[in-house]
Amino acid sequence: MSPRPPVNDWERDFDHLDPRWIENPYPIWDELRRHCPIAHTDRFQGVYFPSRYEDVRAVAYDTEHFSSRRIVVRETAPPRQPAPPITSDPPHHRPAKTALLPAFTPEAIGRHEPRTRDICRELLDRVAGKPGCDAAVDYAQEIPVRVIAHMLGVPEQDGDLFRKWIHEVLELGITDDQALARASAEMTAYFSERMTDRRTSPRDDLISYFVRARIDGELMTEQHINGTLRLLLIAGIDTTWSAIGSCLWHLASHPADRERLLAEPKLMPFAVEEFLRAYAPVTMAREVVADTQVNGCRFKAGQMVLLSFPAANRDPAVFSDADRVVIDRKENRHAAFGLGIHRCVGSNLARMEIRVALQEWLARIPAFRLDANGAVKWSEGTVRGPRRLPVLFG
Amino acid sequence: MSQKTRLKVRVDRARCQGHARCNALAPELFDLDELGNAREIGDGSVPAGLEDKAWLARANCPELAIDVIEEQDG
Repeated sequence: MSPRPPVNDWERDFDHLDPRWIENPYPIWDELRRHCPIAHTDRFQGVYFPSRYEDVRAVAYDTEHFSSRRIVVRETAPPRQPAPPITSDPPHHRPAKTALLPAFTPEAIGRHEPRTRDICRELLDRVAGKPGCDAAVDYAQEIPVRVIAHMLGVPEQDGDLFRKWIHEVLELGITDDQALARASAEMTAYFSERMTDRRTSPRDDLISYFVRARIDGELMTEQHINGTLRLLLIAGIDTTWSAIGSCLWHLASHPADRERLLAEPKLMPFAVEEFLRAYAPVTMAREVVADTQVNGCRFKAGQMVLLSFPAANRDPAVFSDADRVVIDRKENRHAAFGLGIHRCVGSNLARMEIRVALQEWLARIPAFRLDANGAVKWSEGTVRGPRRLPVLFG
Repeated sequence: MSQKTRLKVRVDRARCQGHARCNALAPELFDLDELGNAREIGDGSVPAGLEDKAWLARANCPELAIDVIEEQDG
């Protein structure tokens, strides 16, 4: 990544790739929320950053002025590469999403829970006898990649390939157009081959589901399915691995919460929601397509908006003790999976994976802590989570 | 709350985006359709003893799509 000029003014010149923002963005967001709730930067060709829940919600709901045709803030705007439905606006969004939804209901996702549990146990078998492990590398990052491979009906070893593409798209790709283009071309080739196969010999997997799914009576085009598969990989893997990693980071560094979860396993569903609130991994983006105002602040067409669900989730106007993790929080309208029509299609899958990953980890490794000799490394870009998380057992 | 108050829940189908929190927290009161979007079960009447679950579901809907209506008996 090219060296970036340091930030001196978060209100008028913020940079979400600044090392301080990557390491610990929450104090920066708290300051902005108090003094400049809609910040702006001329970097990345112009970006707004709303930090209040109310304003994030307003942008997410206003699909007329805030388009999803670009959903990542990058140095330069690359040629648009649709990944429906996440990059779709009304009226195309609803039919594209409706085609996906039946495969992602809680009931449909529940069918993948036994395999998910086995995957977690296999990973834990590898590390449980050791003094410690890297909970991000050895555990969290392996789970969603294998689960999605299982759902797509491809060998779980292909997960290595998936992880390479995701790194190229979401981290390198923010500043390196060639890495982005190369990863996209490889993904298209990989999935086109498998679509051809499933058309002639369908199986009980997602690729077979997509090649048969219809939108308004018409089969989806190969280009549309490729976009959707690209979306599932990019949106479904490092997001969930970041979430699982953040949960384990919290439990490694907050022994009272860990012990309480062990003593009261019924709290797990509430704890998962609270971790999702406090450590929401995903920041989306929108392109301003017509001049407008939100709470008195002007938004100029052509610029981008960072849509920070993580910042919204820390807004004290909506969440009491917003900066504290309260694992039995009862009122929790967090926005980790977005608000409005673009609610994450994989939210039920992510919730299942996080819950199962934590249950299985705690069953096998009830006591663990951060390894003082190893450094936690957080991701760069718009999906936040630990990329290295050295922990010691016992 | 007086003993005569009865609760009814209602999902605003236009606001619901399928977060499915209500169904996870109060499956006795909320069902999901084939797309995963929520609807109240039956006419939304909350059986005695499930009042807390009705309020809990409302307190966890990110789209503010759930109404809890208090009705007086008689």
